[in-house]
This record gives sequence, structure tokens and C-alpha cells, in this order.
Amino acid sequence: MANPGGGAVGNGTLHNCKTESNCVQGGHCTKNGIVREAQQNGKPHINMEIEESFEEAPLHVMVFTYMGYGIGTLFGYLRDFLRNWGIEKCNAAVEREEQKDFVPLYQDFENFYTRNLYMRIRDNWNRPVCSAPGPHFDMLERVSDDYNWTFRFTGRVIKDVINMGSYNFLGLVSKYNESMRTVKEVLERYGTGVASTRHEMGTLDKHKELEDLVAKFLNVEAAMVFGMGFATNSMNIPVLVGKGCLILSDELNHTSVVLGARLSGATIRTFKHNNMQSLEKLLRDAIIYGQPRTRRAWKKILILVEGIYSMEGSIVRLPQIVALKKKYKAYLYVDEAHSIGSVGPTGRGVSEFFGIDPGDVDVLMGTFTKSFGAAGGYIAGKKELVDYIRVHSHSAVYATSMSPPVAEQIIRAMKLIMGLDGTTQGLQRVQQLAKNTKYFRQRLREMGFIIYGNDHSPVVPVLLYMPGKVAAFARHMLEKKIAVVVVGFPATPLAEARARFCISAAHTREMLDKVLEATDEIGDLLQVKYSRHRHSARPELYDETSFELDD
Amino acid sequence: MDTWRPPVQGICLPRSASGPARTGLSPSLTAQARGGGDQRAAAPAQAPPPRARDVTVPRHARVDVPVAFRKEAQRLTMANAAEQWVLVEMVQALYEEKEELIEEWQPEPLVPPVSKDHPALNYNIVSGPPSHNIVVNGKECINFASFNFLGLLDNPRVKAAALASLKKYGVGTCGPRGFYGTFDVHLDLEDRLAKFMKTEEAIIYSYGFATIASAIPAYSKRGDIVFVDRAACFAIQKGLQASRSDIKIFKHNDMADLERLLKEQEIEDQKNPRKARVTRRFIVVEGIYMNTGTICPLPELVKLKYKYKARIFLEESLSFGVLGEHGRGVTEHYGINIDDIDLISANMENALASVGGFCCGRSFVIDHQRLSGQGYCFSASLPPLLAAAAIEALNIMEENPGIFAVLKEKCRKIHKALQGISGLRVMGESFSPAFHLHLEESTGSREKDVKLLQEIVNQCMNRSIALTQARYLDKEEKCLPPPSIRVVVTVEQTEDELERAAATIKEVAQAVLL
Repeated sequence: MANPGGGAVGNGTLHNCKTESNCVQGGHCTKNGIVREAQQNGKPHINMEIEESFEEAPLHVMVFTYMGYGIGTLFGYLRDFLRNWGIEKCNAAVEREEQKDFVPLYQDFENFYTRNLYMRIRDNWNRPVCSAPGPHFDMLERVSDDYNWTFRFTGRVIKDVINMGSYNFLGLVSKYNESMRTVKEVLERYGTGVASTRHEMGTLDKHKELEDLVAKFLNVEAAMVFGMGFATNSMNIPVLVGKGCLILSDELNHTSVVLGARLSGATIRTFKHNNMQSLEKLLRDAIIYGQPRTRRAWKKILILVEGIYSMEGSIVRLPQIVALKKKYKAYLYVDEAHSIGSVGPTGRGVSEFFGIDPGDVDVLMGTFTKSFGAAGGYIAGKKELVDYIRVHSHSAVYATSMSPPVAEQIIRAMKLIMGLDGTTQGLQRVQQLAKNTKYFRQRLREMGFIIYGNDHSPVVPVLLYMPGKVAAFARHMLEKKIAVVVVGFPATPLAEARARFCISAAHTREMLDKVLEATDEIGDLLQVKYSRHRHSARPELYDETSFELDD
Repeated sequence: MDTWRPPVQGICLPRSASGPARTGLSPSLTAQARGGGDQRAAAPAQAPPPRARDVTVPRHARVDVPVAFRKEAQRLTMANAAEQWVLVEMVQALYEEKEELIEEWQPEPLVPPVSKDHPALNYNIVSGPPSHNIVVNGKECINFASFNFLGLLDNPRVKAAALASLKKYGVGTCGPRGFYGTFDVHLDLEDRLAKFMKTEEAIIYSYGFATIASAIPAYSKRGDIVFVDRAACFAIQKGLQASRSDIKIFKHNDMADLERLLKEQEIEDQKNPRKARVTRRFIVVEGIYMNTGTICPLPELVKLKYKYKARIFLEESLSFGVLGEHGRGVTEHYGINIDDIDLISANMENALASVGGFCCGRSFVIDHQRLSGQGYCFSASLPPLLAAAAIEALNIMEENPGIFAVLKEKCRKIHKALQGISGLRVMGESFSPAFHLHLEESTGSREKDVKLLQEIVNQCMNRSIALTQARYLDKEEKCLPPPSIRVVVTVEQTEDELERAAATIKEVAQAVLL
């Protein structure tokens, strides 16, 4: 980690940033001035990300974590051995007799992890919900008689579980109430489906209305909406770049972004998570050395980042990335799946959070699944961009367009956030979310948990490390009627299993206190309060002072 | 610390070797530049650069790096002063060059401009529901364009079910299936679909396109072989691309061609039996092809499957809820045991008139997608109201099995009525509710063909028959189908309307084409 070479790389590139700030002063990149303005105004936003932390776990924790996996694996081999000899009953579904001589559909080995480790703790995922995913929800109780291979519903309902798992940031998902009247009307008038694509017979007036509103909300020229958030990335990135183009992608980007990048046929290079030095080095090298082998210059360079990273809770360093992108003439694509509606003083996402003109981001992408409590995604930006997407998007030509009641829900939610409904309710929700986030994160930190990410991100990952504790944590929390998301490998690095809390504006202080109390108690029981309040092991992520754009 | 050795010939090169453009660099210089790039950063570590304020730009070229490199040069080459100076000059020039390169590089625009009159920019806008009677661009028409085969889109029962769900759950689920996005409605729907199709298990996706596009790469990996029909739809193409498998394309519905490819592969396998034992083989076909309206010869495919041990993936978006006595699709149409098909995928956006898609088959196959299907794991789940609508649509299908015969009869009728139009050729099965009208003779240019067909569509629209051309991304399609008008039949169209549509198309086509 801390080899002299590695440190030196930082030094070397840091220097370029100096050049860049010179550039600002020289007036070559006048638009960078926005960043500086934000700093001069003393808006708190620019300094916020200093509070982004990734504390390293103590050594013994890592040792025990790997030991945990080691023991699990050993037992897995033992049980596989027993299963092969027919001593232990194998519960997994098996291939049909007629097709036993086919090449196996998936390698047994591939499923080793699923069969022997995931299966033990499978009850913590896919938990069935049977009410609206508001701040409280009801869950179907299920039990397993065969160690999680199958589940049986008891018929009982676990009532009023506090929901810390859904991305219901603004609390706009709830069971029907009067504010959803328009959704009901649209449903009654239009029905649920569309049964055609945007290019053929599936562009409804509702879609037009929604697109105009999204553009207005984001303060950009135009926008286009799609029926699925995942597909918005995977079906539109290939439209923007192709062979001979370079994609610089954050290493922790969501699968949909990665899939889109792969399908595009462009060359992909990843930079370290939120690490500007790493990004700048890649940018410089890309321009200087061109494409591999042929040394031809790249046609274009697209930087792919997310607003808030869902597993880390970190917020993208937008000002720095915008400065870099301008300096090196690259294009910037920001996936605001989690950040739209949830950060920024009026919920306009990361660009507002940092006080950056949304026009500085070439492609604004986001989803309606989270803050807006609906489904689908959008691409927004300059009119030329959106026109091009309209014509060439895979989704527009081949996929069924968005369901009208879903579109109406987005319109309703967006109008609420914008205050177009004549109330300040939307703004209050955004503010309440910020308040809740701050409170919750602060309390957790005080308790001594290691939590990742930015202090302003409503996604709060609490590090648990050991696979056994992941299951114990989730089960104990459910006993206390609190639903949390726990994630481990492969969604996170092997040794960094975690629990994830999603804060909502609809959470009351009492609910948060109850959750905190329970977390505190279970944290003591499981001994997962690992924080030593020391600096991160990833200085390049933490050491902000040396990277100020301002002298 | 590894050491940087300047290439010897590099030192002797005259300064003039440094051309302005990258192409102007001699190979040795380029090599040096590469080496320099890697070490550039390492050098200041040994001697932290003085951050002088008075130095002119480019600062690092003048100050930091030469200092370091001069030391390096002294230590490594032990050259005399003059040679050293040459080296320093070279390094300096290189750094200036790099800055220049960055300065000079001009990317292509993010997107090329689109002409204002591109047909896709001026698409039809539908006001109100896209059901049987549709208002397109302000004109009321009868809908022959939406895949609403069973007319369930504005069915009051479906709407009522969706509304009940809206009242209970709201709209979105706010999470993927794994993280509190699994609702009882989803489980119900999966159960119902599995029962309806008489398979062990079903899995639902929140987007029709993503269903097969995620299912294929869940099983087929790099090195596996997929045999796919030439006319396969775009979702399949994208799934195949994501899988990174070897793709072998056979002629549309040509079993002899498929067998030829399978045989070739068999011979190949015999050469390398070790590899063959881990190379999965898949045949990916569609029930009724979106791009042609033809049906796949499933019985032959099943025979080939067992003969060559390849698994069949069947995409049934157009045949599910259409073919067969109970609308179970191609398997029922041909009377084939559904277990002989490894995976069936279909969307719920056509016959079921909701949104989303599903895969069904044996648990051994389907369950694998719950952790490997990317569109399943990493996407928010289907809004409950859409799932509820799909369940109600299934109920209606189960209660009225006669509906499929009615649809079939209607397809036959219009299919027959459209035969013999001079200039237009009907493409597709007589029982297919979506079929194509091609130009009998192409004008030679795709653009002109498209314009001609659009003229027909427009004039039909003026006479209250809403039609659409089948749209494709010309540059993205593996095998671009010829331009065509797609006619969609639904059970809601009356005999009278079918006759009128056929007559209108006939008249308009004659007026436009002759």
C-alpha cells in the first residue's frame, strides 16, 4: 500500500492539479470559476466531502474474518464430500434424468459459495413484504425446515417492522392517500400497459409531460425517460460510445453501468473509487499514448461515475471531476440513481449539492425507483444529446415504454419536490432527510461503529466484516422488528461485509432512536464496534487538504 | 525502487526528432515517452520538487523533472556534461510535448447532430390510452399497431385489480428483490405463471427487454457456444453480446443449416474432447419471430436438441397468450412436453398488457437466475400494481380459453384479406397476430423503401387505421430485416373493422405504389 512508488504517483499528479488551478487563474478554463465561487461563498457543501471516511478495520478483525470464510469453506468441502457419497441429503434441484449427459448447465464449483455459505444465511434476503414499503411495513413470517433450502410461510404477518432497507428516501411511497389521486385517475383512464415501443405506437402524452417536467426539474434543455432504471444505463451507454472510444469508469460503479460499458464495445479502464489522482493519471495517459497498439488518438473519452455509491455511501467528487473533464476535454456521465431527490438543498442531486451548473455534466442519468417511489430512469442534458438518444436508444426502439400510472407517480412526486403543488412539503421532506441522515450517522459514529461514506449520504453502511455476524445482525434486528439490508461478498469485497441503513424523510426521531438503540445493543452483543477514530487506510480518499483546487 | 534507464539510442537522437504530432515521433522516442510516463511520477519522490512561484509554465517540465532526471542521468550513464545536456533537453522536450498533445487533442462531439426531420424525432403521440380506439396525433383511429392481442389493456377487471394494489402498496417497491423488494404479489405472480405454463418455477423481471437479455448471459459464458436464428430479435442479440459466448448464426428457420453447424461443432468437439466436456451448447430461438412473424419448427429443434445435446432457450413474447388451446404458446401449439424446453422467456407487455417479463422452466434451471440474472438481482422489482394487473390478466386468460381461438380466426381473416395486394407481400404465419407487409419489389434503397411504406402508413392513419412500421436500429442489428409495416391483430377488432383495414391498406397501397 504505502510503497514509495505509490505515494509518488500521488505527488506527481497532484502537481498537475496545481497547473490546473493556474489555469483557472489564467482564465483558460473560465468555467472552473464556478467551483471557486462555491468555495469563496463559503457554502458548506464544498468542504463536506472531507468528512468522507473509510476507516480500516483492526488487524485481528481481518484475521478472524478470513478465518471465518476459511472454516466455512472447509465445512463446505466436507459437506460436498458427504453429499457426493450420499451420506448427506442434497436438497438442491437436480438436472432432469434425460439430460444427465448434457454438459452441466452451470459448474458445480460455481455454486459452491451459494450452496455452502450463502444457503446458511439465505433467510436474510428476499424477505417477503406485504404492505407498502413506507417507514413501517409488514412482512410475511417464513420459516425453513431444511436449513434454508426451502421456506414455508406460517401465515402470520410480522406487523409494523421499521423499514431501514428500502430506498424510500423522501418517504413518497406509502399506501394510497389523497395525494395519489392523479395516479388513480391515470390508472383508471389509461390502464397499466402500453404494448408498444416509443418509436412505434407507445409514446403517450403522459410521457411527453413527464419528460418536459424532468428537464425542468433538472434545469437542463431536454430529457428522455425509460421504463427501467437498470436498462437506462445498459441500453444507452452503448449509444454514446463505441469502438475507438475510451470509458473511464469508477471501480465501484453499479452493474448496470458496467454492463452498458461492456455492451458499447469501447475500451474500459477503471480508476480507484473516487480517486482523482487515479482518474487524472488515466486521462493523461489516454490522451498522450492514444489507443493501445495503433497509438491512434481516442475518438472520445467518457467518464462514468455515480452520484452516491450504493454500497459505500460515498458521494462523487463532482467539482474535481468537472475540472478534470474540462481540462482534458472528456465527457462526463453521472448516474444519479441514489442521489437525485436525496441530496442538494432542494433535492436536485449532486450537481446542486456541490453548487455546480448541471450543464457541466454532459449526461445526467437517474432513476425514479428511489426518491420518486416509482420505476424507470431518465437521461437528461443538452437537446442534441437527448435528440440523439431519442433516435438511437435501444430502449426507445425495442422496449415497451413506461406504464402510464408509474409515469404519473413520478410527475406527482416531482411536482411535490419542486413545490408545484403549492406546498412546501417537498422541500420539508428533503430537509428532513438531511436532518435524519446527519443525526443517524453521528449517533452511529459516536457508538463506535465503523461507517463508510459521506456524512450527507442517506445510505449508511455499517461494517460488520465477519460473515457470521452478518446473519446474526440481520436476524437480531428482525427480532426487534427492524428490517435492515445486509450485504457481503460478492456485492462487497470479501472481507468487508456490511449492514446498510437507508434513511428516509418519513422516519421519525422515535423510529431512528429505536433503531439506534437496537443497533447499539446488538453492536455490543456481536462486538462490531470496531472504530478507533483514526485516519483511513486509504489516504488518497481521505487526504483532502493536499488536493484543494484553491491555493 | 526500480531504476529507469534511458535508451542509449535515445540520447543520441537529435532534438528535431520530436515532431509535433504523435505520429511524428520515432519509435524509440515513443518508447522512451512510455518509460518516462511510468517513471515521471516516481522521480520526484526521491527529490521533492521545489515549488518555486517564479517559474514559468510548464513548471514541472523545467523544475521538477529535469532535476530528478539529471541526477538519474549522472548516476546511470556517467556521461559527460554535453551529453547530459542533450538528455535534459530531450526530457524537457518530451514533457512539453505531452502538454502539447493534451492541448491538441480534440475529441469527437459526444453525439453527432441529428437532422430535425428524422422520422424517430417526429414520432406519433398518443393521447389517452393506447387501446382499441386510439387517438394518434389528435386523430381517432382503430389500433392495428399495439401488441394488445387479448385487448386486456383497458379491461375493467385488470384496472380494478391494479387499483386495489395501488391502494395497498402505492406504486414503487424502492428496492431490488433481494433487499425488501420482494412483495407477496411477486411471489403470487411467479406461482401463477409457473402453474399456468405447467412448469416448476417462474421468475419475473421488471422489464420485458431485460428478461431474455439477462437470462442468456446467466448461463452462457465465455467459451460456450450459442446457435441462434438469423432473425432473432434485438433483446436476444444483446443477451448474446453480454454473454461473450461464441455465436453461430443459422439461416432463418432452416433446420438443415442448424444441423450442419451442430455437426461441424461435433467434429470440432471430437478433436478436443476435454474442452467439449465443459463447453455448453445452446440453441436460442423465438416462438413467433418478432422480425418475421413466422413460427419456429419446434419439434425438429427438440430432436436436434437431444441428438446434439444442446439446450433450447425459447423466447415467446409474441406467442405466449396467443398460440395453443390455452394460450401457453408454441409448446402447446405443437403439443410438445414443456420440460423438453430448457428455458422459456416471454414478456408480460403484449398479451398480458402489463409491464415486465418472466422466465419459466425447471427449478434446476430457473433458480440459477435468482443470483445470476443481472436484470433480476440489480434492478428494482416490478411495481406491485403491474404484477397485480398481470395476475388478473392471467385469471381472465384462464377463464376464457375460447379467446385464443377467436384471435386465431381473426388473424386468419385479415391475413387472407391482405393477400394479393399488388406491390405488398404478406410475411408471417396466418395464425400470427403480428405479421409484416413487405414491399414486393424494393426500390433499391432502404431509405426510399422506408419513405414509401411511411406514406402508406400515413395515409392509412388519415383513414382511421393506425399502423406502424417495424422500427429497427439499422446500424445495430446483426442481420437487418427489410423495411416493413407491422400489422397487429387483437380480439377487440370486429370483423367489420378487419375488413375495412384490409380494404384501406389495399387501396392506399395501390395509390402509393402504382
